[in-house]
Amino acid sequence: MRHTEIKRLLSVNVVCIASIILTTLVPSLFLENFSVLGTHLIWLCICSASVGTGNVILYLIFKPNPSMRRNSIAHKVAKFIRCCVYFFVSCILFHGIIVLYGAPLIESILETFLFAVLLSTFTTLHCLCVLGPNFQAWLRVFSKNGAMSIWDNNLQITTMCSVVGAWLGAFPIPLDWDRPWQVWPISCSLGATFGYVAGLLIAPLWIYWNRKQLTYKSR
Amino acid sequence: MRLRSGVFASCCLLVQALGVGLFLRGFFPLPVRSLPRNGAAAEPPPEPPPPGLSSNWTKGPSPLFKKAVIVLIDALRDDFVFGSKGKQFMPYTTQLVERGTSHSFVAEAKPPTVTMPRIKALTTGSIPGFIDVIMNLNSPALLEDNLIWQAKTAGKRIIFYGDDTWVRLFPKHFVEYDGTTSFFVSDYTEVDNNVTRHLDKVLKREDWDLLILHYLGLDHIGHLSGPNSPLIGPKLSEMDGILKKIHTTLLSKEGEVASPCLLVVCGDHGMSETGSHGGSSEGEVHTPLLFISSAFDRRNGLQKPTELVQQTDLAVTLAIGLGLPISRNSVGKLLLPVVQHNTMREKLRYLHMNGFQLSRLLQENMPAYEKDPGFEQFKVAEKSHGSWMKLYLEGNTSEVLLNFGKKVLKQYLEALKTLSSSLSQQVAQYDLYSMVVGTVIVLEVLLLFLISISKALSARAEFEVPLSPPLCSLLFYLLCLTLCAIHVVVCTSTGSLSYFCSISWLSAVGVIMLVSGLLCVLLSALEKRFLNPKLLVKNPAASTSSWSELDVLILAGTIGHVTSLGASSFIEEEHQTWYFLINTLCLALCQDICRHYFLAKEHDLQLPSTAQMSPAEVRGTSSHPMKDVELLQDDLKKTRFPLSESAGGSEKWMALATPWVILICCRLLRSLNQTGVQWAHRPDFGHWLTSSEHKAELSLLASVSLVLIFILVQRKCSLVSKIAMALGLLGVYSYRAAIGNVVFPWQQDSKDISKGITEARFVYVFVLGIVFTGTKDLLKSQVLSTDSKVKFIGLWEIYSGLVLLAALLLRPHNLPVLVFCLLIQAMMTKFVWKPLEFDAAQVTIMHYWFGQAFFFFQGNSNGIASVDIAAGFVGFDHYVEIPAVLLTGFATYSGPLLWALHLLCYLSSDVNRNPAAMGHGCFCYALLHSIPVAAYIILVTGLRYHLFIWSVFSPKLLYEGVHVFISTAVCMFFTAMDQNHSRKGPV
Ligand SMILES: [Zn+2]
Ligand SMILES: [Zn+2]
Repeated sequence: MRHTEIKRLLSVNVVCIASIILTTLVPSLFLENFSVLGTHLIWLCICSASVGTGNVILYLIFKPNPSMRRNSIAHKVAKFIRCCVYFFVSCILFHGIIVLYGAPLIESILETFLFAVLLSTFTTLHCLCVLGPNFQAWLRVFSKNGAMSIWDNNLQITTMCSVVGAWLGAFPIPLDWDRPWQVWPISCSLGATFGYVAGLLIAPLWIYWNRKQLTYKSR
Repeated sequence: MRLRSGVFASCCLLVQALGVGLFLRGFFPLPVRSLPRNGAAAEPPPEPPPPGLSSNWTKGPSPLFKKAVIVLIDALRDDFVFGSKGKQFMPYTTQLVERGTSHSFVAEAKPPTVTMPRIKALTTGSIPGFIDVIMNLNSPALLEDNLIWQAKTAGKRIIFYGDDTWVRLFPKHFVEYDGTTSFFVSDYTEVDNNVTRHLDKVLKREDWDLLILHYLGLDHIGHLSGPNSPLIGPKLSEMDGILKKIHTTLLSKEGEVASPCLLVVCGDHGMSETGSHGGSSEGEVHTPLLFISSAFDRRNGLQKPTELVQQTDLAVTLAIGLGLPISRNSVGKLLLPVVQHNTMREKLRYLHMNGFQLSRLLQENMPAYEKDPGFEQFKVAEKSHGSWMKLYLEGNTSEVLLNFGKKVLKQYLEALKTLSSSLSQQVAQYDLYSMVVGTVIVLEVLLLFLISISKALSARAEFEVPLSPPLCSLLFYLLCLTLCAIHVVVCTSTGSLSYFCSISWLSAVGVIMLVSGLLCVLLSALEKRFLNPKLLVKNPAASTSSWSELDVLILAGTIGHVTSLGASSFIEEEHQTWYFLINTLCLALCQDICRHYFLAKEHDLQLPSTAQMSPAEVRGTSSHPMKDVELLQDDLKKTRFPLSESAGGSEKWMALATPWVILICCRLLRSLNQTGVQWAHRPDFGHWLTSSEHKAELSLLASVSLVLIFILVQRKCSLVSKIAMALGLLGVYSYRAAIGNVVFPWQQDSKDISKGITEARFVYVFVLGIVFTGTKDLLKSQVLSTDSKVKFIGLWEIYSGLVLLAALLLRPHNLPVLVFCLLIQAMMTKFVWKPLEFDAAQVTIMHYWFGQAFFFFQGNSNGIASVDIAAGFVGFDHYVEIPAVLLTGFATYSGPLLWALHLLCYLSSDVNRNPAAMGHGCFCYALLHSIPVAAYIILVTGLRYHLFIWSVFSPKLLYEGVHVFISTAVCMFFTAMDQNHSRKGPV
């Protein structure tokens, strides 16, 4: 049971990684002059969109945390709307945090916002898919020893890795190398993406290594 | 010997400061120096005698120019004259350059491109060492041999108008002078009119030989709005008009007198793309150098690319042009085009004089001078010069003589070039021995710190310094003897001019004993630490699993900051590192607060199985990892826990909002002063506020800030200090109004700008009064051993006195920095540190980080140019050394200092909860300062031949060194406070 679950998690993560790799390769077939660095904004849009849809579809199929409560249409619609609102709020929040970190307030506002969307896709959307729009559950997962399944652990690790990746991605910006990838927000968004991919890879491995120590409390 | 953490930390830091001082002394070489100017008679050398004959020209050459006018335009960049701007705004000068009787060069200024070292370079021909930058604060009379002194001794009458740096450098040298001060950077018309107004009169007169004009306006415009400012054009046109006036007057006079006049136009340094200077960018080092005289051949449109020469070449060229002896310390070489119209004999004579002077300087500075290629070349050239003289004196006038002469000329020029460059490199000679000794001391102290961490941060806050056994050991005496032997060998070996060798042998032996003693203590402490099995068992208790995110962040931030110092761009942009770190710190705090206020309840209500994960426990494990969590403290926390839980909901929400408020404050502050290098040109609020059309806004901001400062500070003061504080802050505003930074709403005519001496002294009185009251309270608490409340009030009063001083000294647009500093401190104390019960080590580290960030928030950078020297003149009529240095130091480091003092206040109020808090705080504070400075010293030693060593790494080293000295003082104060408490307390 544990092993099959880990395999499922691994397959989900591999699909996610594949979707990211595809976003860097496929659009160049359709769009002229497409490159991750050159037309970064387009890539940001495509990447967030594909990772987002990929996540939603995958978690609809696998349903890691099957909700056992009532499933009326109205309830589902309400849940969906709440998800959308949460996602949008998280985009705004990330945007705010990025500006507080020193991004320019007005100029390159589009770049900042798209970067915020990308970060939200990697973190908030993932949370929404796994946990639903349940703030208490989020708090629980992101506290010490709060994970209740390997999906929660996966969520913790990927979220941490994307945020830390974006954080580390800001470091090369002050260097005076004048490289194209030092332009705002390329290094940060690349850092977030690499962090996310690394998180997706690390999470199953980490869970596999620590499968003995991981004892989840049942609800 | 058993020492308390605080005492131990201060002792260590004191020793470390000594090491840093020694290192700095070795790192910043003294400039190449000859004997003092009065040492030997300055007789020019005779012509090299032809074999068998004697020269009939033994006296010094006569002057080539009767009069000279030097027009020094501050921050004149080469493209302002030779570029498109010059063509557009300086038509007369451009025409002179292209078709007139002139020689034009691009003179390269050596960094630091700051006015005073540049004036020294122009007048002495030497390259002032980096240490001269610090002397820029304090420009005493120039004692080195220099052109102005030579001219004065030769009986020339010199008139000077312009920057009063000259008047300070050359007191009593000028028969007439009018110094203008560069005190008010916002004034760029008055300073120049004050120079120009004398011009008409003085040009008519005949009673002078040398006229020096130093125009500051262009530099001020640069500082205000950069090299592309619309103000530059009119200023250049004004300068062009002045040059035209001087040139035409000189020309009209030349008819009456025999020998021609010389007009020299130069800049002391250029300006960077942002308009500042001090560094080594292309725009800063390239300045135009124009010689204009009717003696030169008229150029016929043939525009050859302007030659790149050194700024130091001007002194020797002028000396020869005016028939003066060449300054002894000059490393410059004669600019041959200037003497192009002279005969071959004269030219060779000049070159010989120049070469003779350079080779003598080389002899005095280099023990192995005879092996120097330049010296050899000069000897060869001198010999051929002799042969040429022989031919010449024999009356040979053929083509052979001319060609031979040209050959000798070429030899001389080669020799001069090699000599000059090898002398210039002498400036970059490091005193490695002193540096190594300094580094060893600093490293030993750092290692001692690191070893003692776990002990010093334990509940007892004591560290057992194993002093007596190692000091009596054989190892110690052997080490001492070996080091003494090494010292003797190094110092007696030829060619070492180490500072450490030049100090008295008693102090040298003292330092050697210190080094070896430290090493022995270190070894025995290590032995105790790792060979004692009982201690080793305790070690795994601090395993990494119990680290909270905050601890990880603090450790990663410290390591990250230290490693970032290796890259020059990260040093230039160090503020980014700190802003980034404190932002992350705020977010981590936000998470901690969330966990504290939400999860505690969640766990208690929903998950009874994990009830043992109460916040007290979470904190117990998350408190500083290297610290032995004592049971007593845990008990305290557990008993206090219900209390904090019952605190009202408003406190919870305030706590949750605090990190966000702080984040917003920091974001606002960061857009107040755009510092660093790469983004320094970006618009910021500071520039917007200081521009003259936004005076009303600045006044409003300043007054609101002062009111807020009062509200934030007075909370914990006694009544007397409250009143003094209010009056003092009023005084600050009236001082700013008096010097014209802000306006009184009821006083419309702001014409009468004074220096505001009365107002500033008024404020000083209150500062001293408040600090005195605070000291009195402190003494009272010590003598009467009353409760810690009195002590806290005393400390807070000292703190508020310094806040008042900072309000006076900081630039007016930086008053919000002070407000936000106080606001953040108040909010953090009330809502975060106290309720969440952070331990002293964590609070200290946070204080240190915020202090560093505030250093940059107030507009400082790691470049020399951002030091606000004006702060040293507040309340003084003229330059007084000690107060000026102290005030400038305080104004520059006011951010870190205020945070350190606040830490002291906080810890002294926290002492009831944790008696060891003071010791822990002091130890962490010392450790945090010692890590970066030790790492940076090693880095800089490794990078001492880096391209940016003078422009980036050295200024940072100076900042770091001064910071260590200041923090040592703070640490001593800490310990003194700690002393009081423990003497009184039962612990
Ligand atoms: Zn200057
Ligand atoms: Zn200047």
